[in-house]
Amino acid sequence: MHVVIVGAGEVGTSIAASLAPDHEVVVVDVDPDRAEQLKYELDVLTIAGDGTTSGIQTAANVGDADMVIACTDDDRTNLVTCGTAKTLGDGFTIARVKSTEYLRTWEGTERAFGVDFMVCTDLLTAQNIVRVIGLPAAVDVDPFASGLVQMAEFEIDAESPVAGQTVSEADRFESLTFVGIFRDGEMIIPRGDTPIGAGDRAVVIGSPESVHSFANDVAPDTTPDRADEIVIVGGSEIGYQTARLLEEREFTPRLIERDGDRARTLAEELPNTVVMEHDATDTEFLSREHVDESDIVVAALGSDEQNLLVSVLAKRLGADRVIAVVDSPDYVTVFEEIGIDIAINPRTVTAEEITRFTYESIAENIAVLENDQAEVLELELTEGCRFAGRTIAELVDEIDARFVIGAITRNHALVTPRGDTVLEPGDHVVLLVDSDAVSEIASMA
Amino acid sequence: MTRTIDTRATLSYIGSILKYLSAAMLVPLLVGAVYGEDAWVFAASMAIGVAVGAALERLDPDPDLGPREGLAVVALAWLAAAVLGAVPYVLAGYGTASALGHPVNALFESTSGFTTTGATALAEISFDRHSHAVLMWRQLTQWLGGMGIIVLMIAILPELAVNGAQLMRSEAPGPELQKLTPRIAETARALWVIYVGFTAALIVVLYALHLGGLAPNMDLYNAIAHGFSTLPTGGFSPEADSIGAFSPVVQWTFVPFMVLAGVNFALFWYVLRDEARELFGNTEFRVYVGAVALLSAVLAAALFRGGAPPTELGGVTAGVPENALRQGVFQIASLLNSTGFATANFARWETHTQFLLLFAMFVGGSAGSTGGGIKVIRWLILFKTLRRELYTTANPDVVRPVRLGGEVVDEEVIRGILVFTLLYFLVFAFSAVFIELDTTRAGAPLTGIEALAASLATIGNIGPGLGPLGPFGTYEWLPDTTKLLMVVLMWLGRLEIVPVLAVFISAVDDR
Repeated sequence: MHVVIVGAGEVGTSIAASLAPDHEVVVVDVDPDRAEQLKYELDVLTIAGDGTTSGIQTAANVGDADMVIACTDDDRTNLVTCGTAKTLGDGFTIARVKSTEYLRTWEGTERAFGVDFMVCTDLLTAQNIVRVIGLPAAVDVDPFASGLVQMAEFEIDAESPVAGQTVSEADRFESLTFVGIFRDGEMIIPRGDTPIGAGDRAVVIGSPESVHSFANDVAPDTTPDRADEIVIVGGSEIGYQTARLLEEREFTPRLIERDGDRARTLAEELPNTVVMEHDATDTEFLSREHVDESDIVVAALGSDEQNLLVSVLAKRLGADRVIAVVDSPDYVTVFEEIGIDIAINPRTVTAEEITRFTYESIAENIAVLENDQAEVLELELTEGCRFAGRTIAELVDEIDARFVIGAITRNHALVTPRGDTVLEPGDHVVLLVDSDAVSEIASMA
Repeated sequence: MTRTIDTRATLSYIGSILKYLSAAMLVPLLVGAVYGEDAWVFAASMAIGVAVGAALERLDPDPDLGPREGLAVVALAWLAAAVLGAVPYVLAGYGTASALGHPVNALFESTSGFTTTGATALAEISFDRHSHAVLMWRQLTQWLGGMGIIVLMIAILPELAVNGAQLMRSEAPGPELQKLTPRIAETARALWVIYVGFTAALIVVLYALHLGGLAPNMDLYNAIAHGFSTLPTGGFSPEADSIGAFSPVVQWTFVPFMVLAGVNFALFWYVLRDEARELFGNTEFRVYVGAVALLSAVLAAALFRGGAPPTELGGVTAGVPENALRQGVFQIASLLNSTGFATANFARWETHTQFLLLFAMFVGGSAGSTGGGIKVIRWLILFKTLRRELYTTANPDVVRPVRLGGEVVDEEVIRGILVFTLLYFLVFAFSAVFIELDTTRAGAPLTGIEALAASLATIGNIGPGLGPLGPFGTYEWLPDTTKLLMVVLMWLGRLEIVPVLAVFISAVDDR
């Protein structure tokens, strides 16, 4: 597949890195130094220049491209890039945008701006935050098969009733499958007798209800209800979208924003959110507003430093769970190491969303786990593919790669995978795959 | 750049308005011709109006309006209209037994008409004293003033439409101007079409009742005359007993039309475009209808228990459900939105039922209606703002916009409402004091509640007060100074105080 990526920032680079091994990738960036640098970092062709112009796009051979990904930091540049690409060829165009307005416009009219798929960074991040809030013990949650199936990653702490049990003891739920356990940065494919220890991260796939019930087992005290106090610090676009999505789920969050005009705008847009105008790094204010008693604190300020400060303050005051937005992917681990419950990186979220479109059409949905050690894929099985007509036990024996089938949906109903379950064409299979084997498995479907 | 007002341009605009407004005298002229009375009065008045208007227009053949001139045009146009309207009264009344021969009475009557107040300076309302033509002109002034003189001019005069939105905002009742169409002239026309439609409907219904034998004295003249004063929430009637002169069926017929007159006319425009939920989902509409229903129920209950003496017109209400209900509903529907019709002499009611009426008078109609007073939407926003202020006093960091029906109310609008309401109460209170002192000086003192009611009835464009100024009484006997103050009050009330005072303040401060 010939893929052109316009914009070699963190998002573009991350996408290029995951595509480069299997595809012909051309990266375009305005900054010649960046283009030059990337040429050596990755096995890709780089072109320096304005990616919105047809001259540069012709040089990148956009006319024959199967996919054009516009992922610069500027919304309009990305939209124009897609528009130009459509004049040169018929590749699938993907645009990254920040503004939800453009997303609305695009959703309203198919193919607006010449964009075939639009990814809204801030909205995606907010959706991620809200999903994590909904499943308090989960580090990461992703929906599959139009919401019939959920993948969730849980961190097991020492107090958890699950700690010390084996997988078969913990898996009391009919439609839930343990697909992976991460221990000390290593992935373990769980068997029935695999023990679950404190500090492990367990990845499960199943129906949303069973995932929720399992969450209750893992962390019985933290399952949220409507009465829970949720405080969002920072009225950035991510903070705003998070509050809006929480309102939709009938929560009444509090949002703290320092700037008076922005606070007013937010208060106007969010009728069911209590908006407060104050500096959130003021500890006296935080304790006056009982942030220490709040169940969930979301740090969504403009910079990583501020988010770090607020997260640490909130944690020290005694907030139950702190979720921080971290702009720089390098800091995600740092945040989590110093005790912030969940760090979410908007760029990783965006890259994940875009990457899932680059797998050939059979791979419909994807989630990247634990710094790219494993991925969760959703595959639609075609007639006569290698999976069709076989039982799961046979497949595990035959295929060398490390993978676990977590859930199957057939005619929009969930089928719990067992060793003797026979796969059929048309099934949607959600499975966890070792990163190295992703393309191999995807090509079998 | 000069900071003073462009007087020539302002007067030129007033001239155009006067000229076209004079054309409305064709109606009483026609009535005069039919009845063979006073036709010359209106021919002469029309000639005067057109001549003065044309002369003023010549001051500046190509007038250009800035914001200050715009305010001045609106404020002065209403004063000019009142003076023009007084001309036929003086011409017809001079040398006769009619009180209108006196210029102050004539100006009072004309102002009361154009501002849709409905307070009368006639000592006796009858066709013996006044011609059919004069009494029809009295009704017509209310109809012209109801939807607004400026709105009417914008609808018919293309040259006014250029500055139309700005002019209309100064005249429109309520805190904000609702533009229905991109072109202001079309908005003005749409509002007038709705207004004319309702008026015609009422006239047809009233006359049909007459033809059907249910309303013996509601002849064509009366049907048209009352059609002209119901939709503008006027209150004048050529009958001395107001609506009390008609049968209960007619009285009930007036109720829905009076209530409609207090509704934002822009909402009917949405209904015409098949967007009925704009009307029924509108917060102001719901609160307005709710207030009418609630106060009617309370008043009807009070009347049923004996809140009014049985000797008065309207008959016994105590223990008579239909009468108590009809009197309660009619008086509230009439006074709450400032119409001012009456079916009973509430000036003689018990104090507690009178207090209910006074309370209703403070409510007012809706924004964009023809009703006067403070207006429902302002009350709503005021209460919500007070609630917000009290909440944020305890929670100083919370940012909480005021919302009305899901929409955020602009802080600027809130400030405007606070200013208006404060001014309204100040003017109301000071005027009550002046009226009390002035009537005492003249040797005919009003009681305290009567002075308050008189002040409220004029600034609120309601009309009838209490005591001798009641629905079947007259303002004629008041001292001229008080009547002139009331002319100013009615003028201030119709334009919602701010445009008039703003013109004066800016003229004084720029000196």
